[in-house]
Amino acid sequence: MVLIDTHSVVKKYGDLLAVAGISFSVETGECFGFLGPNGAGKTTIMKLMCCTSPITQGEICIGGKNVTREPRSIKATIGVVPQEENLDPDLTVLENLLVYSRYFDIPKALAMERSLESLKLFQLTDKKDDFIRTLSGGMKRRLLVARALLNQPKILMLDEPTTGLDPQARHLVWHTSRHLKTSGTTIILSTNNMEEAAFLCDRLVIMYQGSILAEGHPQELVTRYVGQRIVELRPSPEKKQGLLQQLKSMSMSAEDAGDTLYLFGEDGERIKGYPDLEEHNPVQRPANLEDVFLKLTGRGLTE
Amino acid sequence: MTLPEVSRRSYRMWQRNRDVFLRLWKAELVPFVAEPLIILAAMGFGLGGLVGKVNGQSYLAFVAPGVLASYVMFAAAFECTYGTYVRMERQRTFDAIIVTPLSIEDVITGEILWGATRSFLTACAILVVILIFGLVPSPYAAIIPVLAILEGLMFSSISVFFTSLAPSIYFFNYFFTLFITPMFFFSGVFFPISRLPEVIQTMTWMLPLTPAAHAMRELLWGQWSWGVFAAMAWILGVTLVFFYLSLIFMRRRLIK
Repeated sequence: MVLIDTHSVVKKYGDLLAVAGISFSVETGECFGFLGPNGAGKTTIMKLMCCTSPITQGEICIGGKNVTREPRSIKATIGVVPQEENLDPDLTVLENLLVYSRYFDIPKALAMERSLESLKLFQLTDKKDDFIRTLSGGMKRRLLVARALLNQPKILMLDEPTTGLDPQARHLVWHTSRHLKTSGTTIILSTNNMEEAAFLCDRLVIMYQGSILAEGHPQELVTRYVGQRIVELRPSPEKKQGLLQQLKSMSMSAEDAGDTLYLFGEDGERIKGYPDLEEHNPVQRPANLEDVFLKLTGRGLTE
Repeated sequence: MTLPEVSRRSYRMWQRNRDVFLRLWKAELVPFVAEPLIILAAMGFGLGGLVGKVNGQSYLAFVAPGVLASYVMFAAAFECTYGTYVRMERQRTFDAIIVTPLSIEDVITGEILWGATRSFLTACAILVVILIFGLVPSPYAAIIPVLAILEGLMFSSISVFFTSLAPSIYFFNYFFTLFITPMFFFSGVFFPISRLPEVIQTMTWMLPLTPAAHAMRELLWGQWSWGVFAAMAWILGVTLVFFYLSLIFMRRRLIK
């Protein structure tokens, strides 16, 4: 069943085109990812879905409701983990959850019950009477996730939820996301962490400059765009041009990324027949989502 | 043009600010009462000795309702400039709230209602201070806290409107130096407006604090006239205009 349906969504900030007419749909219970470099429009599209930024053109419907016309009832059913921490520093950890519950009209007793449960789940019970400034980065992130779950959302929006987290905290967030998914929560994730995207997403889109470049299951995208395996060649700088010429004459296309050349799919297999390439230190490894990402968006910095 | 999305949920924002206040009020209580106490003592005993009687009253009795109206103004103005700005820009509290069923207009309305609540509390505290000084107000003084809410709504709305335009927190220096402080001195708080040249008198009546100070004085001493209603009507008018403007400009600032 389609839960989120979008048609040719355009978002402009003045002259800046942040989202350039994208369409996608998300099924109930799915984990759907937006993968892209900084400035690709990931956060913008999340904001549009959260009804906190008006759409310039196009349409987004969530659970059959239009985000422009029924923002309040849509917002009641989503939970948001923002990219920038915005916990309430004037309140303690527990108060943060209680006051936030009130924004959703959750009755007092129920709010207390859910908050305490949630603090336990996220291992913050000891901190419940502390102020936000005394928490570590990982604790703050966990509290943000706990806060986003208070209204038992149908859709959880995670905007780069693990940026800057240590491995333990990251795994706790991932573990929770997967647990929520098994209990039927739909998850929307934006990230530039390939491992995270591959680990969590059923389906993802790769975004670049406001457009969708590719869509599919992570592994399927790898197979489609870069094949199973990849060969990396690291020629010495003076021999690089010669090597590129040689590969070209063998009708292989290598991607040039400064000190490394990448050979995708078939080409990687073929070089085995050319022992003279050995001097360029070839390394063969399984292809991953990062290769797809870099192949589609280029290896230079995009900012 | 669509109408602003104000709903009963603005109460939730008010509750949030109330909860923070209830946590911190002990820290704020002393300056809260001490400042009007000091200014009334200085003006009433110090300056009052030089001035003698004003309009047939002791100077302390003359200045007290004006100081009350001024601190009602300050309470709302501080809360809805520095307070609102810090919540909005430094703490990103509004960002966290507008992804819940509250609209940005609910948040702003809650801020203004809270500013007015601070004004109400200030008025009550100063009424107590006035009693401590041994002044005996008229029974009409019971209406003062209600008028303080109205005055508080007005100054909160003006302040939030100004905050919606503020590029940085230092911008509020302009607001206080060029708007709030001149009003404090020229709105009939420390001397009757009739002392001013006639042109300036007319201008002074346009300042929002003047009708408020005037009405507070009439209520406190029970010299009750139609002027109180005129003052309330003026305050209400200014409130409605700036309340609407603050909703429009805050949406423009925060919803992009």
